[in-house]
Amino acid sequence: MRDFAEIENEIRALGESSDAGGGDALLGAGEEILERWIAAHGGEPTTSEHEGFRLLALQRQGTRGVPSFNACRETCRELVYHRNLIALEPDHPNTPMRLKMASLVAMHLLLFVSGKLEVEGLGEFCCASRPLRAAGG
Amino acid sequence: MPDGDKYKRVAYYPGCALEGSGHPYNRSTKAIGKALGLTLDEVKNWNCCGAMEVKNIDPKLQTYLSSRVLSIAANEMGADVVMAPCNGCYHNLKKAEYDLEHDDASVEVTEQLSTKAGHATYKAGQVETIHALDWIKDAIGEEELAARVKNSLKGLKVANYYGCMYTRPRHIFPEKDQGEGSESTSKPHFMDDLLAAAGAENVEFPLKTACCGGAHTLSDSDISTKLVLNILKAAEAAGADVIATECPTCHSGLEMHQIRAETEFGEKTQIKIVYFTQLLGLALGLKPRKVALHENISDSFELMAEKGLV
Repeated sequence: MRDFAEIENEIRALGESSDAGGGDALLGAGEEILERWIAAHGGEPTTSEHEGFRLLALQRQGTRGVPSFNACRETCRELVYHRNLIALEPDHPNTPMRLKMASLVAMHLLLFVSGKLEVEGLGEFCCASRPLRAAGG
Repeated sequence: MPDGDKYKRVAYYPGCALEGSGHPYNRSTKAIGKALGLTLDEVKNWNCCGAMEVKNIDPKLQTYLSSRVLSIAANEMGADVVMAPCNGCYHNLKKAEYDLEHDDASVEVTEQLSTKAGHATYKAGQVETIHALDWIKDAIGEEELAARVKNSLKGLKVANYYGCMYTRPRHIFPEKDQGEGSESTSKPHFMDDLLAAAGAENVEFPLKTACCGGAHTLSDSDISTKLVLNILKAAEAAGADVIATECPTCHSGLEMHQIRAETEFGEKTQIKIVYFTQLLGLALGLKPRKVALHENISDSFELMAEKGLV
């Protein structure tokens, strides 16, 4: 499993590329990010798909027991959307821009997940905030 | 379709942020209300909604604090609708409403504390809580708004940023995702609709509900700065001149971390950050000072002058 720094470098590079294959690579990077979140919580990352995409199945898996993880639900869906735009029209003149946007979306997912992992133990910080004292602290 | 008249006079709950860092939002909200002939009756002797701090320690206390605001509006002011422009306040009032309808323990705590505090206990369903976006959308609507525009936002490219609390979690917003005319929790559009009615060109912005790391600001500023920087870069890549906001916490976070991204990471972004109420105010022909444009940290005067808006 690659660390976040390696994934981040790949995302940045793909965002500067004009190769339509980068769409799938960015989707794969998104899956790797979510795999790390699930593994860090002692889970086995699913190989199943939701609405045709493993990324969305992983996001649903990652949300179980951590409702605030849903804050990245739309980010994942946007990554899928941008990947689809690139895959369906690989020769479109906007492909480089679409790759750029997809890379920024993937980067947001990475920052969100790595940030949440970093502050684990300090309590939840977003919409479905959990009590700091729930763990008996 | 909502009954527009119901929303023309509402109880106004500004919340703590709008008296401090979010003052331009407070001022511009009141200014556009006045310009549009809407009446805001500020909730008397309001208190903090419980925000993040109380909610993290005792969610039922947060429910009570929010219920007190709703109780004053319903039982002391006779209001049917409470409007909260801050996403945090709006979220907490909606959450309190949900808890008081579905959780007996929350009802019990709220009854005990309300009795102790000496005010009527709020009962679920006494008032409807709405956001400032709902307020303009339901009381005025795009058609009437467009007819009242004196200074079109034409030529201004806008990335609409809704933040994470306006639509999450979905179950506390039962009125959303109800088909045509209702707000979407996965792809919100009310701000896009209103600004488009005022002439703005909305760009495709994939991070409109993405987390800005707001609650990390004090515990780990670098995470917040990186998240915000990514949002700013995405908005610029989408071709936007400005990011329109509808939450004081999001707005302050974007402004402050835009500066911090430059000082700490050497990453400068040019995009301006403006409340949607300020943009609507300018479109309605209000002077920049009336909508407190000068109070923003993000200085957008030059851009607004270029676009003929100031």
